[in-house]
Amino acid sequence: MTTWPILSVTTFLPIVGAVFLMLLRGDSDAVKRNARWVALWTTLVTFAVSLVLVWRFDASTADFQFVEKVRWLGGYASYSMGVDGISLPLVILTTAIMPICIIASWDSIQNRVKEYMIAFLVLETMMIGTFCALDLVVFYLFFEAGLIPMFLIIGIWGGPRRVYASFKFFLYTLLGSVLMLLAIMAMYWSAGTTDIPTLLKHSFPRELQTWAWLAFFASFAVKMPMWPVHTWLPDAHVEAPTAGSVVLAAILLKMGGYGFLRFSIPMFPLASADFAPLVFALSVIAIVYTSLVALMQEDVKKLIAYSSVAHMGFVTMGIFATTAQGVGGAVFQMISHGIVSGALFLCVGVVYDRIHTREIAAYGGLVERMPLYAAIFMLFTMANVGLPGTSGFVGEFLTLLGTFKVNVAVATLATLGVILSACYALWLYRKMIFGKLEKPKLQKIQDVSAREILIFTPLVILTLLFGFYPKPVLDMSSASVNALVSQYQQALNDKNPGAKKAASIENVTGQTR
Amino acid sequence: MTIPMPDLIPAIPELILAVGALALLMVGAYGGERSNFTVSVLAIILLVVASAAVVMLPAGRLATFNGSFVVDDFARFVKVLAFGGTAAAILMSFDYVKRAGMRKFEYPVLMLLSSIGMGMLISATDLIALYLGLELMSLSLYVIAAIDRDSAKSTEAGLKYFVLGALSSGMLLYGASLIYGATGQISFSGIAQAASQGGLGLTFGLVFLLAGLCFKVSAVPFHMWTPDVYEGSPTPVTAFFAGAAKVAAMAIFVRATITAFPTIVLQWQQILVFVAIASMALGSFAAIGQTNIKRLLAYSSIGHMGFALVGLAAGTAEGVQGVLVYVAIYIAMTLGTFACVLSMKRDGRFVESISDLAGLSRTSPMMAFLFAMLMFSLAGIPPLAGFFAKFYVFIAAINAGLYALAVIGVLTSVVGAYYYLAIVKTMYFDEPHKSFEPMSGEQVLVLGLAGAFNLLFFVYPAPLLDAATVAAKSLF
Repeated sequence: MTTWPILSVTTFLPIVGAVFLMLLRGDSDAVKRNARWVALWTTLVTFAVSLVLVWRFDASTADFQFVEKVRWLGGYASYSMGVDGISLPLVILTTAIMPICIIASWDSIQNRVKEYMIAFLVLETMMIGTFCALDLVVFYLFFEAGLIPMFLIIGIWGGPRRVYASFKFFLYTLLGSVLMLLAIMAMYWSAGTTDIPTLLKHSFPRELQTWAWLAFFASFAVKMPMWPVHTWLPDAHVEAPTAGSVVLAAILLKMGGYGFLRFSIPMFPLASADFAPLVFALSVIAIVYTSLVALMQEDVKKLIAYSSVAHMGFVTMGIFATTAQGVGGAVFQMISHGIVSGALFLCVGVVYDRIHTREIAAYGGLVERMPLYAAIFMLFTMANVGLPGTSGFVGEFLTLLGTFKVNVAVATLATLGVILSACYALWLYRKMIFGKLEKPKLQKIQDVSAREILIFTPLVILTLLFGFYPKPVLDMSSASVNALVSQYQQALNDKNPGAKKAASIENVTGQTR
Repeated sequence: MTIPMPDLIPAIPELILAVGALALLMVGAYGGERSNFTVSVLAIILLVVASAAVVMLPAGRLATFNGSFVVDDFARFVKVLAFGGTAAAILMSFDYVKRAGMRKFEYPVLMLLSSIGMGMLISATDLIALYLGLELMSLSLYVIAAIDRDSAKSTEAGLKYFVLGALSSGMLLYGASLIYGATGQISFSGIAQAASQGGLGLTFGLVFLLAGLCFKVSAVPFHMWTPDVYEGSPTPVTAFFAGAAKVAAMAIFVRATITAFPTIVLQWQQILVFVAIASMALGSFAAIGQTNIKRLLAYSSIGHMGFALVGLAAGTAEGVQGVLVYVAIYIAMTLGTFACVLSMKRDGRFVESISDLAGLSRTSPMMAFLFAMLMFSLAGIPPLAGFFAKFYVFIAAINAGLYALAVIGVLTSVVGAYYYLAIVKTMYFDEPHKSFEPMSGEQVLVLGLAGAFNLLFFVYPAPLLDAATVAAKSLF
């Protein structure tokens, strides 16, 4: 069995790499090259270590595994780590995306390379830590600390309006989070601990549930981001460097969904049931409205950013449907969206590196000079639309299925989003790839290089694999998801015992087996 | 009739400083201006020895001078901070004194005298000792603020500080006399016993006493002097005001409210809630428009005192522990920040405008990195030390049921984050200026220690937390 603290090693390995990078001096080409290689190897080793987690993970139990616990903060909180079926896929997603980000920045970042790599490595530690933390305070620490490197990444290596975007990103997220911090404190005084496994079994008083739910919602809704607090996302995405956008879309947004699954639903089940209609309403608005907004965009990255908001709407909808399909689908959709939207931003990065504009109108007819690029871009566009056979389909289908059982109207309206996403995604694809290659700037554009093929290959394989065979992710998470759903139903049932509710539990758990 | 000799052992640290200060005055008087360096070094040594003496005093609660001077765990904790802060402020002044032509041996001696005042203040357990300690500390501070005699700004700062300080002392004294009138007691424990009935005179006295104390910690609405004095005083002096002086004043604030008025918590709690909210809000909003880094730090310190008062407003042992953790971390952050400000020199002149920091991350990356981390820490972003400071005061406030205070507090901290971020932005996102002259050794030392503490506090917070817990318990 595990004798070494494997989760801590996974979490803090990137920091070790970052410390090593800090020891490098100067700004010469050799230093830049070394910084890139050190960062790449660090992320690769981290990924390899995280695969050990997959190998040793026991998917048949909903308990936390690889648990570590050390006394810390003088009684208020202890340093405690562990993963279950909901967090492990996100950890793997993080460690898998990071090497790709490093390679994607290989040539496009020439300015302050060392600092850039340090920021990314620190960010990786914070992201992994967020998903592994089994103590509220530790969770908050990682959750918030990630803001610092991301602020610097957007602000230093971003586009023309980077200062505005970085401030907006930072302050928006901070504003949501500080309220969560107060809720964490209130929970501490109510339950006497900040240990997450203990709190998951604790039932909080009704009133505290309501307030704490709202406070957590403030934080996660901003992070997710949900309409109407999503406005920081398009700005941050547009201004961030390519790899920054990838991390933002693929991983940082998932922290919100993870938070709902880890805290809001199991710890405040009564409040979650009360507020589910609110979340449904906001999710549907997000899906339909931001899809429409995406249709009107002139900037590629902005379009994809709005599509992210829409897709996250499916996640929140699935989570708050609290059926096994809905929640399982939400977890899957988060992984799938992580891969697909990350890949889409990388696709934008490819052409941006070549002609340095993100305006849709500046492109057209790329298929003539970049056939391979056109094929890759098409695959991810289709996955974004949710075409069967790609991972995007599985997630959207499951969340819609799960929601349909709970609320037909919401599911029906959300399905509109699937159609709208086809509209904007195909429109974007046609504008950029098809047509005549007339723009003078595009006449000499080169197809994807070997390095770019290297970063797209794993993403292409995963998108198709999970499209046809989603079992690995669904199996990994199913025990935890089922436990979450049945615990939630149990809590509601304890509150108002009634034959109807009892029957519905039977129904839900029966169908998931 | 013979008056028995009081037990001098508890006051040994202050005695060391007092005798030392007098001796250094002699050294200075005979050595002239050139002796500034020697006197400064000796002053630092004295402060270190005094701190060691504080730690090595016999354990437990020691009282002397008829119980008006007490050394308990609370006093030990804060005295070490105050003496350490003073020593760091003297250390940081070496380079400044040389460049600004401020070679005056009185300067370290006055700081020593002020720190004796702080020691008395921290240990004071009756109103008279409180007033004496406060005045000894403040009178030295007034003079140090104006130590740069030839600078109009410094003179103005000293005068302003003196006039307003005298006013606040008057209020404090008036409050003390009202409290004495209402209770017939001057010792905190006596007042606590007599105060259980409450009464109008006592409440009035309490308000005036708190007003005087608020002035010393520069809490709103008694903050007006702060920006001007911070800006006008020589920078190392500002570091002294912002660090050690604030900590000592905060300590007596805590001791007076907790030990003298435990029976009328609700009365002072509402005052403190108001003061805390006003300070946090003003500290956050008013700092946004500042262009001078010292003025900005003045508003920042107003805000931080507001946050520390949140813990005191809780009125519990956890709250006091929160205040102690807060001031300890705050003093480290402040000293580090001022070490950076003192290193802002270009072409032999000190510059103070925020825009002078532009592009610092290119010209001196290490300083920029530590400065940025200090700014994030002041903003309260985890995992830096400043986050834990806020964590402990707010967790106490939540436990005491002060939800509105906590919510407003964290919201203002978001507003405050804006201007700290603006400094980081200037250093990291803007195009570089001409680089600063290299930092002097002492400043590297102070900045390095403060920066390391700030960055690595979360790894092993236990010693500070445990010490603060013990210190807080000694008041209850």
